[in-house]
Amino acid sequence: MAFIPHTKADVAAMLAAIGANSIEDLFDEIPAALRAKSLAGVPQALNEMEIGRLMSERAALDGTPLSFLGAGAYEHHIPAAVWAITTRGEFYSAYTPYQAEASQGTLQMIYEFQTMIARLTGMEVANASMYEGASATAEAALMAVRANRKSKSARILVPTTVHPHYRRVAIAMASNQGLRFEELPYCTVEGVTLPASLARYDREDITALLIQQPNFFGRLEDVDALTDWAHEHGALAIAVVNPTALALLKPPGQWGKRGADIAVGEGQPLGVPLSSGGPYFGFMTARMEHVRQMPGRIVGRTLDTEGREGFTLTLQAREQHIRRAKATSNICTNQGLLMTAATIYLSLMGPEGLARTAAASHARSRELVAALTRLPGVRAAFTGAHFHEAVLLLDRPVAPVLKALAARGILGGLDLSPYYPELGPALLVCATETKTAADLEQYRAALGDVMQAARAA
Amino acid sequence: MTIREKVIFEYSQPGRGASDQWPHEVAAAALADLPAPLRRASPPQLPEVGELEAVRHFTRLSQLNFSIDTHFYPLGSCTMKYNPKACNQYAMLPQFLARHPFAPESHGQGFLQCMYELQEMLKEVTGMQGVALSPMAGAHGEFAGVAMIRAYHRARGDLKRNEIIVPEAAHGTNPATATMCGCVVREIPVNAAGDADLEALKGAVGPNTAGIMLTNPSTLGVFERGIEEVARVVHDAGGLLYYDGANLNAILGKVRPGDMGFDVMHMNLHKTFSTPHGGGGPGAGAVGVGARLMPFLPIPIVAREGERYRWLAESDMPQSIGRLSAFMGNAGVLLRAYIYMRLLGRDGMRAVGDYATLNANYLLKRLRDAGFDAAYPERRASHEFIVTLKRQARELGVTAMDFAKRLLDHGFHAPTTYFPLLVPECLLIEPTETESKGVLDEFVTAMSQIQREAEREPERVRTAPHTMPVRRLDDVRAARQLDLTWKPTTTQR
Amino acid sequence: MSNVPPDLKYTKSHEWIRTLPDGTVEIGITDHAQHALGDLVFVEVPEAGRTVKEGEPCAVVESVKAASDVYAPLGGEVTAGNPRLADAPETVNSDPYGEGWLMRMRPAAGALAAAGLLTAADYEKVQEAEGA
Repeated sequence: MAFIPHTKADVAAMLAAIGANSIEDLFDEIPAALRAKSLAGVPQALNEMEIGRLMSERAALDGTPLSFLGAGAYEHHIPAAVWAITTRGEFYSAYTPYQAEASQGTLQMIYEFQTMIARLTGMEVANASMYEGASATAEAALMAVRANRKSKSARILVPTTVHPHYRRVAIAMASNQGLRFEELPYCTVEGVTLPASLARYDREDITALLIQQPNFFGRLEDVDALTDWAHEHGALAIAVVNPTALALLKPPGQWGKRGADIAVGEGQPLGVPLSSGGPYFGFMTARMEHVRQMPGRIVGRTLDTEGREGFTLTLQAREQHIRRAKATSNICTNQGLLMTAATIYLSLMGPEGLARTAAASHARSRELVAALTRLPGVRAAFTGAHFHEAVLLLDRPVAPVLKALAARGILGGLDLSPYYPELGPALLVCATETKTAADLEQYRAALGDVMQAARAA
Repeated sequence: MTIREKVIFEYSQPGRGASDQWPHEVAAAALADLPAPLRRASPPQLPEVGELEAVRHFTRLSQLNFSIDTHFYPLGSCTMKYNPKACNQYAMLPQFLARHPFAPESHGQGFLQCMYELQEMLKEVTGMQGVALSPMAGAHGEFAGVAMIRAYHRARGDLKRNEIIVPEAAHGTNPATATMCGCVVREIPVNAAGDADLEALKGAVGPNTAGIMLTNPSTLGVFERGIEEVARVVHDAGGLLYYDGANLNAILGKVRPGDMGFDVMHMNLHKTFSTPHGGGGPGAGAVGVGARLMPFLPIPIVAREGERYRWLAESDMPQSIGRLSAFMGNAGVLLRAYIYMRLLGRDGMRAVGDYATLNANYLLKRLRDAGFDAAYPERRASHEFIVTLKRQARELGVTAMDFAKRLLDHGFHAPTTYFPLLVPECLLIEPTETESKGVLDEFVTAMSQIQREAEREPERVRTAPHTMPVRRLDDVRAARQLDLTWKPTTTQR
Repeated sequence: MSNVPPDLKYTKSHEWIRTLPDGTVEIGITDHAQHALGDLVFVEVPEAGRTVKEGEPCAVVESVKAASDVYAPLGGEVTAGNPRLADAPETVNSDPYGEGWLMRMRPAAGALAAAGLLTAADYEKVQEAEGA
């Protein structure tokens, strides 16, 4: 039996010690009527060789197409050392560090992570991760409602340029606690939220304003004006940011006159593989004055009984296992292993490596847009600077074009028509440092062929 | 003498770096289009270390940890069973790792088939009609479950039902979840034998009852014998039953929550289905539902049409409670759970419940024979059990926490302490089915040695651990003098 | 056995009340409560001007192992929260009936009489019943 070490002799000795005749006796408190009859729907066991073969066959079905997809998950080079260390048994199979003396490795690593992510975002304090960027955004909204004592409305302004799935997750996770999310329109020429669109809320009680940078279209928002509007109108400013971009872009802690109050985002770009969408991790940072409203685990440095430095979970009284119904969140398990990978990644890349990754991604995406917009029937949707992804408008529906490209082993981008029908046939394309000039040319040529064939048909 | 491993920033030197990891520099002109007011003024202060320094640092940190791979880890309610290496290896095949969440179904039939089959196997072992895989941890699954209960009542126009009944022994996530769903918590007591108090339950149900959250076996490590009656009382009052799947390991293959009358449940794939705990996640909290709640499942879900697999999303499931993840949850974790279930197969699944229960009952008996007090001595252990040290606390001034810390010196991770809150000075012990008899015997030996030491030299136990990288840490100082990010001294950066 | 000053009034939830000469009342948590909580790491007190109802949670006391609500023993308007506790929460542990006061308030008309507060002797019985 897989992973069960008992011999017949062991079982006999154990039953004798217990005073039972059989293992079945140990279930005698369970009514017979409740016993499962059979698990016919579960196939018989495979051995490791067989499952290895099966999984290889399944993986081969998925292939390795050339991908120009972004939209919240980004393909970046991951140094070999990151997962070699992250999958060490001492990290992989350790539990939450509740017994601090037996978990100094994990605890110190979290402390280092908190420091790195706080510095990257320009904020004062960070937690040890949330599930992913979308749920971190939902939790940030809930945190803002708790932290903004002066506001009673629980109304959160959400630009439509925030990732459409993040907006849906925020609604699914926070509406039951009375939060109301109101969408702010964007300019269809510039692809950004216009600060003027906030004017109608000037005299309203707004608890917080979400600001995504770069926004879902890859465009750069006027973060200073938006942050200042929030503060001038009694609202908290919640930043939703891409961590790679922060190597080059002004971090949320420096937005506007006072800086953002809470900053969250998707940590996947930092050493975490795409893996069909998870596991990723969300990061959450804030100003120190809000630390007690922050959900999730936090590690602090302290001293032991002999004056030696050590690390431990702290501020646990906010969490579910103590505060129960009044906890800041119900979160218990977070995304520890991914945060481990990110900490190692950031240590290997350092400020120079991260900046070069951001710069190369920016350069490649500009080159991609330039190459593709030379094709007839393809133009850029918006004027103004974009960061590592951009929206193109085609002269025909996007879905069939993407299908034809996929048949040639190229994933051309995300069809935006289901999310932003007002833009017409819009395609979100992304190129990171992983793409070479030859890759871009392959895409350009294929798209040219596909569009030409569609025109001829 | 243990040499403290420095914080990585203390290794930092300007100009150092793992340069072979860096992309080639681009011309400054390539960045000229980024508006100056939006540019970062100075680079982020990340560590500047070489590759060997980083590898050595994080490898040494890992060596400071206890883990399943290195130590017996009988943490009650956490199910610290062996994480098979095959699950990791095959979940990390390059095509699986490289697949983008928005990759089309044409380039995902392998992955989607694994997800579909995982849904089907989970339905079979839980007795549920529908499964959704996207919640990313147990607590997230609980949220989905309670949200579905609320959605169900609202869809029937039953808007007053906002009370969730929770036994006082419940895990903290249960009442926290009820609050997150905008519900009110009503606690009911547990009786002296460890079962939910049926009379109290009858008094607590009514027209405002949305449902009850239970786990079975309960957090006290015993089977809720009155479960059929509990189900009847709650259903008759118009409420639904939620099953917290944290203790599924005890009954895997033996009893199915759907057969016990539960309408909705979550599973902790990082417990029962052996995906890695990772120092605090990632988990996966798949949810299962009976027929009543099928329309409300969170999206996305995998469906099969003939030989093709595809995602069901918003338009297919108009009554869904919505999307709980930007993409589809912790996909890589789900692949590991799939591989694990295929490695166990039908018979292996039944063996889990059998051997987890055998190990727990054996360990309980040996500890009792060694003089320790069980919290529920007249009950069978499920996959875990509680030992109470309140006698040792009273007579010797040595607490459960002291025993826990001294166990570390003996090379065992401590059991869960002080949960459930109901039982004073408790240790909640869950050996799991992957531990051998020999390991369990060694644990009993260690506990006996600590007991003798507590009688003769209690101070040694009270000041444990003695052999770990640190002694006991000052929690009060940690909370009063918050030091949550590293700050350089004047000579450092 | 914990300290229970005879000249104060008490509640079952371990708050004490002292009537001040100007007709306002001073409120804190008892020695028994601070002992049960352990070393306090954080205290949140209500803002002056806030109106509270009897039984409404109006302050939070937090130690490493617990965070407890403090309930208003009677209705009225908060006149002050103890400013010292932001930097020195441990004052509640060391001097629960003196410098460790949590808040002061002006009782609503008739609130003091209606609150059903316990005498020191009654409160000692409450503690005994809880096995203190």
